[in-house]
Amino acid sequence: MIKAERKPVSEIMKMLSATGDCNNVVVAGCGTCVTICFAGGEQEVESLVQEVKIADSTCGRDPRTYTETTPQRQCEVEFIEPLEDAVTGADAVISLACGVGVQVLAERYPDTQVIPGLNTTFMGPPVKQGEWYENCAGCGDCVLGWTAGVCPVARCAKSMMNGPCGGSQDGKCEVGKDIDCGWALIVSGLSRKGQLDFIAKAAKAKDWSPSSHGGQRKMTREDLMI
Amino acid sequence: MSHRSNLERVLKSGEFAVTAELGPPKSASAEIVKEKARMLEGYCEAANITDCQTAIVRLSSIAAGVLAQNEGLEPVIQMTCRDRNRIGIQADLLGASALGARNLLCLTGDHQSFGNHPKSKNVFDMDSISLLKMVKGMCEGRFECGEEMKEAPTFFIGAAENPFADPFEFRAPRLAMKAEAGAEFIQTQIIYNIDKFKEWMRQVRELGAHEKTYILAGVAPLKSAGMAKYMKKNVPGMDVPDEYIERMANAADPKAEGIQICVEVLEEVRAVEGVSGAHVMAIEWEEAVPEIMEKAGLLPRP
Ligand code: SF4
Repeated sequence: MIKAERKPVSEIMKMLSATGDCNNVVVAGCGTCVTICFAGGEQEVESLVQEVKIADSTCGRDPRTYTETTPQRQCEVEFIEPLEDAVTGADAVISLACGVGVQVLAERYPDTQVIPGLNTTFMGPPVKQGEWYENCAGCGDCVLGWTAGVCPVARCAKSMMNGPCGGSQDGKCEVGKDIDCGWALIVSGLSRKGQLDFIAKAAKAKDWSPSSHGGQRKMTREDLMI
Repeated sequence: MSHRSNLERVLKSGEFAVTAELGPPKSASAEIVKEKARMLEGYCEAANITDCQTAIVRLSSIAAGVLAQNEGLEPVIQMTCRDRNRIGIQADLLGASALGARNLLCLTGDHQSFGNHPKSKNVFDMDSISLLKMVKGMCEGRFECGEEMKEAPTFFIGAAENPFADPFEFRAPRLAMKAEAGAEFIQTQIIYNIDKFKEWMRQVRELGAHEKTYILAGVAPLKSAGMAKYMKKNVPGMDVPDEYIERMANAADPKAEGIQICVEVLEEVRAVEGVSGAHVMAIEWEEAVPEIMEKAGLLPRP
């Protein structure tokens, strides 16, 4: 799932002030990925509203009207349509969705200022309560079948494709002792399966054109089009 | 016997070869490069010119290499994958060859978080192995994309390997992969733990990789007990045994002791089957190289 974390309230307020005299503000959460990682669900919308109200009163500002709403998703137009009245009547929207949701909202309502309330961080699973890690970089050319199910693009600091660099130590990455070396995991996974020879198969330089390095990515499926 | 560089000539002749290391300055000073080159000239076959080592911006490897060459010191140009994509790398390598550089060391490169620009974006379009493959292809007249070129560059191609990194059981196979990808010589990480190095070489020999590539064992003089402790703790894969740390701490003249230990390590690794030479890294202490070479009985150079 997509992970995100809240921006500091000071940064949100700075953007809000730059927008002008916003008296009507919508704070829009999202009920899917960012709810699961406790960054942009109904509860986080509620607590952000508390925080911005305090920030408003601390700087002696007249109270604004905050409207709270959390559609099930912000990344699809159908799901944000019920927000139409609230959004069109607002001076600004603080979106607590991932970057996808923020942009869908901004594109749908081009005359409304949409302010991101989150930093979208990565795609990855929870490890335990309160801890997540990145494990997919969305590179567009999956090699997991060759790498014991561990992604060398997302889980190696140098996106090495042909084995561990010389900085791998005790299973940790040279970049930090709190980061697992993806290649240490790949090597142990492959040796467990008797597939160490898989590594040598990758020696050619990776084709990065299906990744974001090929410009904005688009996907079409004619079989699904009506 | 034909050879592309002096380093290749000595290695092919079967003599024990020695490379050194020249760290370019964090400035535009040609004079510093020339001075270091004059210090090393005559004491090694060639010297590595580091490519922004530990991700700290320095005078470029190719430019410093040409300066060194003009002083009579043969350079080993270093190329990392951190700062350039395959377009930049190939362009720079054509340039390096056109300027007369003939030894090239292909590295993945230290991560930028270690250096003085930790906010930069890295490239890592390739890694050391795909880089080796690409360079081999270029020397045969092909760009990475497969397009042919009229005049191919000429390089004696090398790579590095760290016998002390993990997973240990994958380190010898990795050297073999590099040899397979095009590495004609390998320089190892600095050796202090001789037993581990010997075990690694045993595995290398088992794979027959020492017959496919020349292996130069990395050695370096310690400057002080503090440096030894720091390296052990902070440099990934730097396995400094306590015995050396103690000797450094108890020495009346730590620098002399550091050189002495370096000579001892050099003599031990030299005797290991499959080792064709040494890579002497006296980082920011280039003047130690002549003394080490003298004490190890490796002068004059062939
Ligand atoms: S230590 Fe492991 S994860 Fe880190 S850069 Fe090297 S190979 Fe990649």
